[in-house]
Amino acid sequence: MLLAFDTSSAAVTVALATPTGEIVASSTTVDALRHGELLAPAIAAALESAGVTPRDLTGIAVGVGPGPFTGLRVGLVTARTMGEVLGIEVSGVCSLDILARQSSLSLPVAVATDARRKEIYWALYDGPAADGSRRRLEGPAVDKPAEVAHVLSGLPVIGRGAVLYGDVLGAADADAAEYPSADVLATGVATRTLEVVAPEPLYLRRPDVTMSAGPKSVL
Amino acid sequence: MSEPLILGIETSCDETGVGIVRGQTLLADAIASSVEEHARFGGVVPEVASRAHLEAMVPTIRRACETAGIKPTDVDAVAVTSGPGLAGALLVGVAAAKGLALSLDKPLYGVNHLAAHVAVDTLEHGDLPKGCVAMLVSGGHSSLLSVEDITDGVEPMGSTIDDAAGEAFDKVARVLGLPFPGGPYIDKAARDGGDRLYVTFPRGLTSQRDLERHRFDFSFSGLKTAVARWVEARRRDGEDVPVNHVAAAFQEAVCDVLTRKAIDACKDRGFEHLLIGGGVAANSRLRSMAEERASAAGIAVRVPRPGLCTDNGAMVAALGSELVRAGRAPSPLDLPADSSMPITEVLNK
Ligand SMILES: [Zn+2]
Repeated sequence: MLLAFDTSSAAVTVALATPTGEIVASSTTVDALRHGELLAPAIAAALESAGVTPRDLTGIAVGVGPGPFTGLRVGLVTARTMGEVLGIEVSGVCSLDILARQSSLSLPVAVATDARRKEIYWALYDGPAADGSRRRLEGPAVDKPAEVAHVLSGLPVIGRGAVLYGDVLGAADADAAEYPSADVLATGVATRTLEVVAPEPLYLRRPDVTMSAGPKSVL
Repeated sequence: MSEPLILGIETSCDETGVGIVRGQTLLADAIASSVEEHARFGGVVPEVASRAHLEAMVPTIRRACETAGIKPTDVDAVAVTSGPGLAGALLVGVAAAKGLALSLDKPLYGVNHLAAHVAVDTLEHGDLPKGCVAMLVSGGHSSLLSVEDITDGVEPMGSTIDDAAGEAFDKVARVLGLPFPGGPYIDKAARDGGDRLYVTFPRGLTSQRDLERHRFDFSFSGLKTAVARWVEARRRDGEDVPVNHVAAAFQEAVCDVLTRKAIDACKDRGFEHLLIGGGVAANSRLRSMAEERASAAGIAVRVPRPGLCTDNGAMVAALGSELVRAGRAPSPLDLPADSSMPITEVLNK
């Protein structure tokens, strides 16, 4: 059984799939501030509803971002520790690739997500191949919407960025979701139609050197 | 029945710690520190610390299990610091602990970092005294706590009203041109022939008037400023700054106030034990002065060895072990990381 989750957006999305990519349990909750609280119970609930134990897992798929760092790390550290103690492989997938797969359009598409600070994470994708996979042509990168509007122009845009900056980026793909879906992640990894990378976070930004406001070292 | 095997995770600041204990026996205390990445900034950069925790987590868990000679599946419960600390840093440890507890189908204990600094002494000296005053001194806090049963809660008696003791060490070290973190360097400079009586620096909140309102509180901001002014005046006059003497005199002022108030707190509660923890507890002058003054007052001092005083995973495992042994109910899987977890809460329920 493959366990898949993504915490790179405001959503915490979890799915369980059979080795052939059939979804047997899934849930998605949108709450940008509670990834750390929501993820583990959602995994436990998925396992329970499918009647499987952690030892029945054969692999883990996790979105590696880009996305807000704090939430992103919750997913990655959960995947890595679970993979370690269960002795199973952890497959990383660029979270923008997941979103690209969520478009049913038979055209090239752009993905734009909320990078906060008035910026977007974005990437460009080819039209879908016969197996549904899409090749990433450019990105992932982080920029101000106006700075990359000319690159994205004319393409349907998928993801939260299309909703937030529709006026700058142009037409959103009205049918596509705003957030990555663990169902798509699970099926894509099970059927090998999503590119798998190491479970390393795609930060795309250097850390801000703002000092701890509080204690330098908490006791 | 053998004692419970507990794995503890600590990520509240810049140390990724994973400790393993069986009952009150320490089996492993693995640590990865990002302190060097922060040193050039003169303080901890939260995002740098959080990134380092993610990278260090699995290797540190692996190292701890190897040292302890156990498999993760042998663990009976997972404990983790759920607060207080840097929010983003805590979150990495809490999520890792949940990943472990969930995979192993074992209970999860989200514990208070400060209480863990107290509980770590069980690994060195066995059961905690039935009642004791705990003085926790580090770069983050300086507190006096009354502890009757560590698994039940602790009662704050006083704390710093401005800088933490360790913070004062860092700032004075900077003034004296010593590296970060300042504590060990000041201690060493003082020991290298420093004259403790060379200058008398102010002792914060020790006047009769201050004691009425702040009997068990600390203040180190005035002391830090006094040292900086003294050093500046010397430099302005073109004179050399005797670093060893200034370090010794500064350290003397800090340790004087800390030990005086700690002993007063023991007397106030009628406790015969004083426990000292936190990074500053590694300070050699603090240890010797506490011993001296406590023994004169008929009070026994318990200080874990320096390696256990600084942040580590063993202290979290030690507190987890006490909670399991006391039969406390574990934390839920939706346990949050609480950056301002109150000291009165030992276990996040
Ligand atoms: Zn500490």
